Amino acid sequence: MTAATPSPPLLEVRDLCRRFANGIPAVDRVSFSLAEGELMALLGPSGCGKTTTLRMIAGLETVDAGSVWLRGIPITGWRPERRGIGLVFQDYALFPHLTVADNVRFGLHRWPRAKAVGRTQEMLELVGLTALARRYPHELSGGQQQRVALARTLAPQPELVLLDEPFSNLDAAMRLEMRQEVRRLLQRAGAAAILVTHDQEEAMVMADRLAVMERGRLLQCGTPDAIYRRPASAFVASFLGRSNLLRGQAHGSAVDTPLGCLALVTPAQGPTTIAVRPEQIRLVADAQAAATVEMREFRGHDQLYRVRVGDIALTVISTNTDALQEGERVRLEVSEQVVALPA
Amino acid sequence: MIAAPPHRSLRRRPGLPLARWLVSGLGLVVAGLMVLPLVYLLLRASEADPAQVAALLWRWRTVELLANTAALTAGVLGLSTLIALPLAWLLSRTNLHGRRWLNLLAVLPLAVPGYVMAYALIGLAGNYGFLNQTFGVTMPRPQGWWGATLALSLYCYPYLYLNLRAAFAGLEASLEETARVLGATPRQLFRRVTLPHLMPALMAGWLVVGLYVIGDFGAVALMRFRVFSYVIYQQYAIAYDLLYSAWLSLILIAIALLVVWAESKLRQGQHYSASGSGSGRPLAPLRLPAWGQVLGLLFCLAVAAAALGLPVAVLSFWISRGVSQATWQGLLTSFVQSLSMAAPAALLAGLMAIPVAVLAVRFPGRLSRWVNRLSFVGYAVPALAFALAFVFVTLRSAPWLYQTRGLLVLVYALAFLALAVGPIRSALYQARPAIEEAARALGLGPLASFRRATLPLIQPGLVAAVVLVFVTVMKELPIAFLLAPPGFRPLAIQMFSRTSEGMLVEAAPYAAAIIAFSALAVGVVLRRDRQWPQTSPTTTVPDSTEAPDPTAAIAPPSCR
Repeated sequence: MTAATPSPPLLEVRDLCRRFANGIPAVDRVSFSLAEGELMALLGPSGCGKTTTLRMIAGLETVDAGSVWLRGIPITGWRPERRGIGLVFQDYALFPHLTVADNVRFGLHRWPRAKAVGRTQEMLELVGLTALARRYPHELSGGQQQRVALARTLAPQPELVLLDEPFSNLDAAMRLEMRQEVRRLLQRAGAAAILVTHDQEEAMVMADRLAVMERGRLLQCGTPDAIYRRPASAFVASFLGRSNLLRGQAHGSAVDTPLGCLALVTPAQGPTTIAVRPEQIRLVADAQAAATVEMREFRGHDQLYRVRVGDIALTVISTNTDALQEGERVRLEVSEQVVALPA
Repeated sequence: MIAAPPHRSLRRRPGLPLARWLVSGLGLVVAGLMVLPLVYLLLRASEADPAQVAALLWRWRTVELLANTAALTAGVLGLSTLIALPLAWLLSRTNLHGRRWLNLLAVLPLAVPGYVMAYALIGLAGNYGFLNQTFGVTMPRPQGWWGATLALSLYCYPYLYLNLRAAFAGLEASLEETARVLGATPRQLFRRVTLPHLMPALMAGWLVVGLYVIGDFGAVALMRFRVFSYVIYQQYAIAYDLLYSAWLSLILIAIALLVVWAESKLRQGQHYSASGSGSGRPLAPLRLPAWGQVLGLLFCLAVAAAALGLPVAVLSFWISRGVSQATWQGLLTSFVQSLSMAAPAALLAGLMAIPVAVLAVRFPGRLSRWVNRLSFVGYAVPALAFALAFVFVTLRSAPWLYQTRGLLVLVYALAFLALAVGPIRSALYQARPAIEEAARALGLGPLASFRRATLPLIQPGLVAAVVLVFVTVMKELPIAFLLAPPGFRPLAIQMFSRTSEGMLVEAAPYAAAIIAFSALAVGVVLRRDRQWPQTSPTTTVPDSTEAPDPTAAIAPPSCR
């Protein structure tokens, strides 16, 4: 990804493989690295192998091939308890027989008692649950349970925290709140984190870097901005926000498409597929134009149109307040550069 | 566990291969202990001269035994269904007043084992009996098919009732409403919609009751009804014909296995849960008219009077006849003796059940499935035959073990292992693997994780398992008969031998003690619903292919 640096990255994963019992790969040669304090989101549809990757890093899943390195030390075969990697489970896996405070203290079993008690206090204050220290997990709300899970994971001061779909059990409002909260807590603790999620919005909002997976393969890795603007494949283009995929004929920095000649982000040659974001297209009412508005959805702050040009259906998102009517003829204008996807 | 140095652990797999091997090995040992004596019984029995065996078995007596066993099983299944079905319907589908209390009354007869029920029926009759002394009415001593069917049905119907009640409660409103909208009359509705939905519960209940009836010894012996277990006992204890009793045992085992097999065949491919998504709406209870309330109440009270009132009244009557000081003294001695066997047997059963349950829940696979099926053998095989297999093994190859306390404790633990596996297994299903993994990720080794994260969670199940086996052993009869060390006279044996000798006064305190202990067992089972509160819904569901959990609805009958 980047040029070799003198000190090894916090975490490095090389050609990680895991096969199902039937031999089909669940995780197929996945490689990436993570810098200190960085938050990376492992993003993909369900069943793409992202949780399996996470569990292999944690040591809970057997690695069939490849290696995991922590600060330049190979830890591939290490038992989970030796790795010092924190893990937050999807359903939190709080110990139901222990109080909130005892849950948080659980990982501090090697600490001197007084220090462990102090650290527990500190963590409870950090997540704002000091008043609930004597409660049991089932007496807490979903958001509170998640805070406990996070406090428990961060208490032994791990350098790396893995989060497996941490927000999927929360309602929409709580999810937004916890996103910010989790980010804040991770930054305060100075821990790097890998967040597994299938929610592209969550991934883009929270992560410094995204890694998009599909069917066990790592498709693309980079900042949310870079991946959104320059998706490396049709899958990434449509998984990360909507995309209109069109056939085109590229000539260097321009491409001929059914929408006319468009500018390319990166030069290409020959027949290609291009991705045009719905918000890149502007609709102008024009009775002479070839395109027709087929459907309009009012969505509050913007409107979503389905437009037909010949046999191509396009999705367009417009913030324009004066709405176009269904059946109206429109001209399409593509303002920015578009991406040519590798075949 | 001590962390291995890094260079070595590189080669280690992060999973739990060690734990897996350990648990698999222990599970195999348990399964082996369970099955090998039965295999041995089969081998020794088949060594005999075929002509001799043929002479033993090819006679009318065998046919008579088969017919009697079939008649008894059919009778008990029929009568207990006639009691349980209306009872379950009244108490779960109607607005009958006082359902809570009536429900308790309906379940409590579980505390009166079949042979105590037989005692109560016998105690009614005769010149000095309850009926003649209280009401001036004499009746002949109940015995034979009628007596045995009545005694066993009054004890067994709650198993059926509990299953049926759960099935009635699970009926969804939409199904019956759809049938009504499609024009079904109430009778068609019952036959074509309700009854098919009750079938799985009915069959599960019939399996439990059927196995119990086939293996029952106490009630049939007191009722002098010639079925297999009664004759096996006679052949072994009185005629001491080992070969004949071995062959009769094998036939009895074959019948029991046939019943289990038939039930699982019938169950296959049945899907009665609603196919739609969303939570089903339960049916609104049926409003009974005034005369319905009266009739319903009368029915419930009649059942309670027969199954509960009768034994209590007869027992009180005979105890009031004056129990001698010596009998009370004997009761105490016998109680302590029972205790000294039941406590170690229960602990051993709990210990053996842990690897079996862990194997089922954490390491599913072929081995796990087989170990779990085999752990069920001690429950499915009639107790008398099971005990006889151990008599054979020890007499022939380990005489120093024969009639020792150690052997009795082991056989008890194996016979009631299924009772212990059930609660531990369901507790483990609730303790999701993520809990253990969280402990691992927080720096604990596999054994420490099990001890500190899993064990506290399955503790209620563990306690329930041990208590269940304990109270069951306290009232156990046939295994004690065959394997009791000299001088060991537990409660059930004392009560049984006094009753069969007509010493009803002397038997009464023992019967009362047994009822008290069985009531404890019923209490434990009924409280099993209470488990650890979960912080989120469980993600694992039991694998439907494994051996059934006999305690899932309620503990199986066990004081054979």
